[in-house]
Amino acid sequence: MTKNITLAHGNGGEENRELIEKIFYKHFKNDILSKSEDSAVIEEGRLAFTTDSFTVSPLFFNGGDIGKLAICGTCNDLAMMGAKPKYLSCSVIIEEGFATKDLETIIQSMQVELEINGAIVVSGDTKVVPRGAVDKIFINTTGIGEIEYRGISASNLKEGVSILVNRDIGSHGATIFMAREGMGLHSTLETDCASLYPQIKALIDSGIEIVALRDATRGGVCAVLNEWAVSSAVCIEVEEEHIPVQEQVNGVCEMLGFEAVNLANEGTFVLAVSKEDEAKALEILQRTHRSSAIIGTVTKQYQNRVILNSSWGTKRFLDLPTGELLPRIC
Amino acid sequence: MQLKNLYDNFRDSDTIKAYAQIIANDAKKLERPINIMEVCGGHTHTIMKFGLPQLMPQNINFIHGPGCPVCIMPKERIDHAYILAMQSDVILVTLGDMIKVPGSKGSLQDARSKGADVRFVYSPLDTLPIAKENPDKKIIFFAIGFETTTPMTAVLVEQVLKLKIPNIVFHINHVTVPEVMTELVASKDASSYNNKIDAFLGPSHVSVISGSKIYDKFPKEYKRPVVVTGFEPVDVMHGISMILKQFVEKRCELEIEYKRSVSYDGNIKAQALIEKYFQKVSLFRWRGIGDVADSGLRLRNTFQNIDAEVIYKDILPTTPINDFKLCICGDILRGMAKPHECTIFGTACKPTTPIGSCMVSSEGACAAYYKYGNLL
Repeated sequence: MTKNITLAHGNGGEENRELIEKIFYKHFKNDILSKSEDSAVIEEGRLAFTTDSFTVSPLFFNGGDIGKLAICGTCNDLAMMGAKPKYLSCSVIIEEGFATKDLETIIQSMQVELEINGAIVVSGDTKVVPRGAVDKIFINTTGIGEIEYRGISASNLKEGVSILVNRDIGSHGATIFMAREGMGLHSTLETDCASLYPQIKALIDSGIEIVALRDATRGGVCAVLNEWAVSSAVCIEVEEEHIPVQEQVNGVCEMLGFEAVNLANEGTFVLAVSKEDEAKALEILQRTHRSSAIIGTVTKQYQNRVILNSSWGTKRFLDLPTGELLPRIC
Repeated sequence: MQLKNLYDNFRDSDTIKAYAQIIANDAKKLERPINIMEVCGGHTHTIMKFGLPQLMPQNINFIHGPGCPVCIMPKERIDHAYILAMQSDVILVTLGDMIKVPGSKGSLQDARSKGADVRFVYSPLDTLPIAKENPDKKIIFFAIGFETTTPMTAVLVEQVLKLKIPNIVFHINHVTVPEVMTELVASKDASSYNNKIDAFLGPSHVSVISGSKIYDKFPKEYKRPVVVTGFEPVDVMHGISMILKQFVEKRCELEIEYKRSVSYDGNIKAQALIEKYFQKVSLFRWRGIGDVADSGLRLRNTFQNIDAEVIYKDILPTTPINDFKLCICGDILRGMAKPHECTIFGTACKPTTPIGSCMVSSEGACAAYYKYGNLL
């Protein structure tokens, strides 16, 4: 570990993993935490439990705000374990001078999103701190969900399993990057921020077997695939041209030197199902997003690694992103 | 025109395969294997990202060159950035890649975690609003890059002088491509890298500014063909096929593959702007390569009042700092070795904990090898 924590330690990639393992896991070590899933599964597999903090800047962006994000983030983590979001807590840390009107807008959008999930906030806390102690407003939400589908795990992937994404990827990361001060980019691109429980419920109700499921937040689709490859000790091969990416997202990536697979999402998940179920799963996903697609398959070629196949017959590793995502210079 | 028109067709799978076939056919006619140096880190990145070595016949070999502005920055100059950033009344502004490069004291990222105000910008002109919003701070623009980024710095210099902005000064680390290429092929030592390079892929964006004329002497004096090539995979494949054609037809010429933006003369206005504000430094020390004559730029003497190296000379060290002894970045930057031949590659030296300069920037050869692997 480096002597001081840097922004790279929060990027969802390699440094982030190191920080969690060497500090948090070292001291908090227990069987439930070590599973490292989106939510902890507790009470003999009946409940899912998770927490998340939200510090996004800017607070309001195309297609959402920090409030919508704070509910989607936590509810999606529950949904990813096959759970129906039920009860949430809401803690806010507010910088002195923050506009009351903005606070109300944020809380209202939280309520709209809670209703989509059929969940309620049952506990909360408010702190106001002096100017400069936080950047405008930070929100933490913790949630409990009732597990409706058991056995979803990052360690169950086997050879031949198909990998799908529920929609085009990277739009949240690209939207936020464009909205950041100083970038001077404008477009109609919107965040993908959305509650995923309705889509998961449809998958569960269809009776298909869900092998693995994870929302591709920080670190993007790339981080999910790498985590699965390692947890299940398999190789995941992805066809580059099958990965759905909006043109505007591609444009931002081209300008700034990013790859869409590394950009954060807030309403995008990766799904692993058996080959027999892939057509049915795709049909269900496409009811919500026409862009959903089958992007790859599990093989034995290079254990613990993710491989990206190009349409002209070359291949390369798709590794976890490292460092801060920064535009390259030339 | 849409943005995607700039890259979509230049990644077309059928076109890439067709060029691979042309290259394979021409390679059979070669009398000996040839080594092509892609001078620029951007090309190294394209070659590795799109897996192009996997499409090459056995007798065509890529040598990765020194064209990564962050990789070749000597440690003592990175220390300048760190020291300047740590001054209490300073905001250090630079381009993104510079943030994680470690000097002897740490990286700008480390400086920022200790309280330094470091900002990254996409365009140097974004420094202007930062200066306006922080009138009580000294804004130091830490300029890096080859001919490609130099005009953007020159425009910022011009704006600062024209608008009489009192709180922006400059630390200039611009370097130039042809001089270091000369350094690579001018050596008379028979065992040197001189003999390893048979041809050059010239970076297209440098020539958008400087024209292709800057490479005139390589075919003429050093008998090395140069093809100025774009950065998309179709461009690189096309550029390589043009080099091969020259060998097959026994020609040795300067050619332009990236005709859609590069001319022989280049952007005359940008060149005049560079000339107006910058002059050559007699020696610039390249990390891993050493002193290269006339390869660096600095502000002209008339602009000393905005030159951070002059203003802060009392706190900026000038003693050269050498790299870790197991690191072979120098050999890699000169085309003498490949990243995986280094004993600390991927073990002690990784993108998260880079020891050598080529692992630091995403444009560096080691970082590209680490990231994309070498599946062949």
